[in-house]
Amino acid sequence: MKALRDVFGDTLVDLGKTNPNVLVLDADLANSTKADKFAVAHPDRFLEMGIAEQNFVGVAVGLASLGFVPWLSSFTVFFTHRAIDPIRMLVAQTHANVKIGAAYAGLMTGLTGKTHQDVQDIAIMRAMPDMTVLAPADAVEGEALIRWATEFEGPVYLRLARDAAPDLFDKNYRFNPAKTITLREGTDVLMISTGPQTVRCVEAADLLAKEKLSAGVLHIPSIKPVNKDEIVSAAEKARLVVTVEEHTIYGGLGGLVAEVLSEASPRKVVRFGIEDRWGESAPNDYLLEQFQMSAPRLSERIQKLVA
Amino acid sequence: MSSEEDYIKLEMLARRGRWLAISTVAGSGAGHVGGPFSAMDILVALYFRVMKVDPKEPRMPDRDRFILSKGHSSIGQYSVMALRGFLPVEELKTFDKGGSRLQGHPDVTRLPGLETSTGSLGQGLSVGLGIALGARLRGEKFHTFVMIGDGELQEGMIWEALHIAPRYKLGNLTAILDWNGLQQFGWVLAINERHRGDRRDPWSGIDLRGIFEKLGWRCIEINGHDFAQIVPALEAAKASGESDQPTMVIAHTIKGKGVQFTEGKHEWHSKVATRDELRVVAQELGIEEATA
Repeated sequence: MKALRDVFGDTLVDLGKTNPNVLVLDADLANSTKADKFAVAHPDRFLEMGIAEQNFVGVAVGLASLGFVPWLSSFTVFFTHRAIDPIRMLVAQTHANVKIGAAYAGLMTGLTGKTHQDVQDIAIMRAMPDMTVLAPADAVEGEALIRWATEFEGPVYLRLARDAAPDLFDKNYRFNPAKTITLREGTDVLMISTGPQTVRCVEAADLLAKEKLSAGVLHIPSIKPVNKDEIVSAAEKARLVVTVEEHTIYGGLGGLVAEVLSEASPRKVVRFGIEDRWGESAPNDYLLEQFQMSAPRLSERIQKLVA
Repeated sequence: MSSEEDYIKLEMLARRGRWLAISTVAGSGAGHVGGPFSAMDILVALYFRVMKVDPKEPRMPDRDRFILSKGHSSIGQYSVMALRGFLPVEELKTFDKGGSRLQGHPDVTRLPGLETSTGSLGQGLSVGLGIALGARLRGEKFHTFVMIGDGELQEGMIWEALHIAPRYKLGNLTAILDWNGLQQFGWVLAINERHRGDRRDPWSGIDLRGIFEKLGWRCIEINGHDFAQIVPALEAAKASGESDQPTMVIAHTIKGKGVQFTEGKHEWHSKVATRDELRVVAQELGIEEATA
């Protein structure tokens, strides 16, 4: 079990050893996002850009035009809210080879509160043409996605939670953006999730099994592009589809699944997530209870739905 | 040829560029005039004298880079690029039309010779900063020029770039401020208030040069319509490419410059000339074909 921000720093350090084009641009948060590991290992390719997120997006676009692979490192909220216009026009519209390392995504941001909790980023980024949107669940997947994004030619938005999540995958994991990942088969309910929330869905599935309910879990590391056919076929195996995300229920993973199923295989989709309200500064456990996203709460909510 | 004779040649090119810009906008039924006109002389100097560019090889690795941050002046850049041979002059007729390489705002994915896309204001200098920084990391000797407008200088993102560029000692980066003192709408003049345009200069009374210098920029102040000042200033900026200071060329310009009825008029920011107006323009600019 390793925090995703440590995975971010360590993987970039490792990539920097073999790929001289990898650069890291920081907006004065390197010791939070763990980009500071790269600063120590490769000081000449670590570019401190100060507290100026719009500018550093543009700088990355200029660097990418010369064949560099710039990784931007900041908090999610400062990308998808403060710097969204340069991301839209300079990165996405020009298909610039810029990698957005969006740290502290979701609710659990280390006691920073609603100012720093970004639960709209998936909705914003997946609406953007030319953008690839990825969200890893654990350390193994995090490393795989960072490596894949570095090799991929084009803009990538990588949604990284701050903290450690229980390990879900082993060293045999291979990322394929064209695939979803079935973690549990189930006929009573299918939970569709992304990011570290998936682990809690697996735990919820175990709790539901004790109640004699057959719960499936479909994990989606690539939100865009996404394999729609696999969502449809997984959904058709269960009586109820529930999406679970550390994100607003508007336009994110729940929106995506509802869009796909309403066109291809209309059925009821219940969206678990944040319902049109802001978060607050609080420990992770408190927030998971508050938003009914912990494994026990998921299990209870699903039992009520299928009763 | 003496410099004076050369500057006369450049003036003729600029007149032709202005004609292409305003007549293209008229043909397309939409577009900008005031900004392209205030920028025109500098654009001609860059493309015809200062920058190392090759129209036949627009992606030549050691080319000098130019970004028009004030992207709504695109027709000015397209017109000069057409005169320089990057695209057929005839292609200007496709401006703003569906499927065209000549989008309302410069689109790097469509037109070779552009370095990035611009249009949402205040963003180009950051990309230029990244290119100049990348050139330093790569050991490349080319120069990067970015033209910004005094209107878009109100955008915060430009000031982020203005702060950072000197921190990286980017002598290979030159910003050119097309300070025409007018924007699309702006602020009305008070009674008895006089500015070079018919609205208030957004930076009047502010020592921009002093601010830029304190941020760490080397400043050169010029009349942006006098080639005898433009060419030497841009060449001096380029020659200081290995120095440890970026250059800001503060070009005092007139919005709509070159045609009497468009000069200093904010309404010509974005306006389509009538057929009668085009005749007057052609006469003033000395364009024969158009008066026929």
